[in-house]
Amino acid sequence: MSDAAPTAIQADPPAAELIEFQDVSIQFRHQKVLRGLNLTLRRGETVCVIGESGCGKTVLLKLIIGLLHPTSGRILFDGQDVTRLAGRDLVKLRLRFGFLFQMAALFDSLSVYDNVAFGLREHHVCDEDRVAAIVAERLQDVGLPQGLEHKKPAELSGGQRKRVGLARALALDPEVMLYDEPTTGLDPIMTDVINELILQTQRGGDKTGVVVTHEMRTVTKVADRVVMFYPLARIGRGESQMIYDGPAEGLEDAADPRVRQFVRGEAGERLRELAAQNRAASP
Amino acid sequence: MAVATLNPEADADEGPETAVHRLGQHVFDRVAEIGDVGLFSLKTLGWIFRRRPRWSVLVPIFYAIGVQSVSVVAITGTFIGMVLAVQAFHEFQMMGLATRLGSVINISLVKELGPVLAATMLAGRVGSSMAAELGTMRVTEQIDALSALGTDPIYYLAVPRFMACLLLIPLLTLMADFMGVIGGAAVCTQVMGVDSFAYWKHSRDYVEGLDILAGVLKSLFFGAAIALISCHRGFNSTAGAEGVGKAATEAFVFSFMAILFLDFVLGLAWNTTYRAIWPQASGLL
Ligand SMILES: Nc1ncnc2c1ncn2[C@@H]1O[C@H](COP(=O)(O)OP(=O)(O)O)[C@@H](O)[C@H]1O
Ligand SMILES: [Mg+2]
Repeated sequence: MSDAAPTAIQADPPAAELIEFQDVSIQFRHQKVLRGLNLTLRRGETVCVIGESGCGKTVLLKLIIGLLHPTSGRILFDGQDVTRLAGRDLVKLRLRFGFLFQMAALFDSLSVYDNVAFGLREHHVCDEDRVAAIVAERLQDVGLPQGLEHKKPAELSGGQRKRVGLARALALDPEVMLYDEPTTGLDPIMTDVINELILQTQRGGDKTGVVVTHEMRTVTKVADRVVMFYPLARIGRGESQMIYDGPAEGLEDAADPRVRQFVRGEAGERLRELAAQNRAASP
Repeated sequence: MAVATLNPEADADEGPETAVHRLGQHVFDRVAEIGDVGLFSLKTLGWIFRRRPRWSVLVPIFYAIGVQSVSVVAITGTFIGMVLAVQAFHEFQMMGLATRLGSVINISLVKELGPVLAATMLAGRVGSSMAAELGTMRVTEQIDALSALGTDPIYYLAVPRFMACLLLIPLLTLMADFMGVIGGAAVCTQVMGVDSFAYWKHSRDYVEGLDILAGVLKSLFFGAAIALISCHRGFNSTAGAEGVGKAATEAFVFSFMAILFLDFVLGLAWNTTYRAIWPQASGLL
């Protein structure tokens, strides 16, 4: 990444901040998931979001493209308030993003080809010949063999599904990629394949990216910056939900023991907490 | 640099839970849900006037809904006609009115049983399977994926199903009517020995085209309600196999309740209108 350009001429560069969470809280019925969150993502950086299951990582991604609405606060993308967009404006915003869903979320009733072509066709981006060319190119980019186009998602392996999902997300050449647990549930080899693909996508296109993951190898490989969340249910009232924000290299010797434990995969306090919960539950 | 901070003031814990709280919450939820179905319906209707879904989306859905429902409607229609005949025969025989069975059976079929039966079957077969399908799409994030790709899920998923239910239910109703009429006639004339000529003559004299039309018009409302309720249940399915199962069951139960409610209201409205236009219209028989 060209972090500093010392001989930069006095041109007007686009604002460095691309996505801004301003005091964002979200609550489902009685469950608060995010509380007073302030987070700024810069153009061109790849941010890994880590944290245990249920701490609100997927919710964070869905907030960015308006799939969920915050209970309070604002989310700005490139200066626009996402929470106020609707109709055509919201569609336009969403087309600037590519979203790789956790289980790929391929459309069951459509073939691999139709899945990847979906966005191109729905928005009449180009004629059918061009669609075919783009689909073939994207499938090749993610390393899928020929002859897979006409299979249904149910006939694919987990790794193949993820890669089709990636191809679909990239079809419209988005500025920002959102990856929700791209390697969860994959074998180590496939995990590395996906990591390489993410790296290639992020570096090659100089895209902004948010990668939600549990996989430390993904973090060390792709992250410019790491943010760690902690479930709201287990922190004190005034305490920060974001317990780490910094480079991947700093994780191992972070000041917060919870960060070090997560990175090393140690249960630590959690074992004692769980035991205490069990004792409290049984008479 | 600390670009990221958390605001400690933004905090409010949930208060205590009492029975009154829960009851209030329950009532509030139900009202909100009805409002939500209304909003969902408006959005669906809004799309119909703006943009028709493409044929490649519509045709498979029409086909699936037709295939799923035709046989059950035909079979249950036949049986309901036969059951009516069996149940009514003895009373009418005793009064010496056996040949009038045709008018009673057939008017009940075209005005009430045909439309309600076709709608019930549509709700049971198609409504619950739509809710399960859309519920699965919800929990596997396919509905979110549609939005993320800039396509309105209501336009892409609910509108074609709504159109299919609305356009197919009159045909299903006519089929239920027809099969019921055949079933009733078969039992009366072939099994009970009612004179066939008199049976059909009374049917023809008594059942008017307007009665059939009344049933068909009613069925349009049933079809719309089934599609909207079932799609709404699917879209709001909660996670897991349990959530999807619940969506499917609720789709049927709520659709059925809506069918009976609409049947009552529309029946009342139709009769009031009918009598306002033809004050001396005859009653039954
Ligand atoms: N649409 C929703 N309705 C209700 N609760 C939700 C919804 N989405 C997420 N949640 C809840 O929010 C919490 C965080 O979810 P999520 O962001 O998916 O966690 P993760 O960090 O594992 O991705 C979970 O406890 C989940 O139950
Ligand atoms: Mg998640």
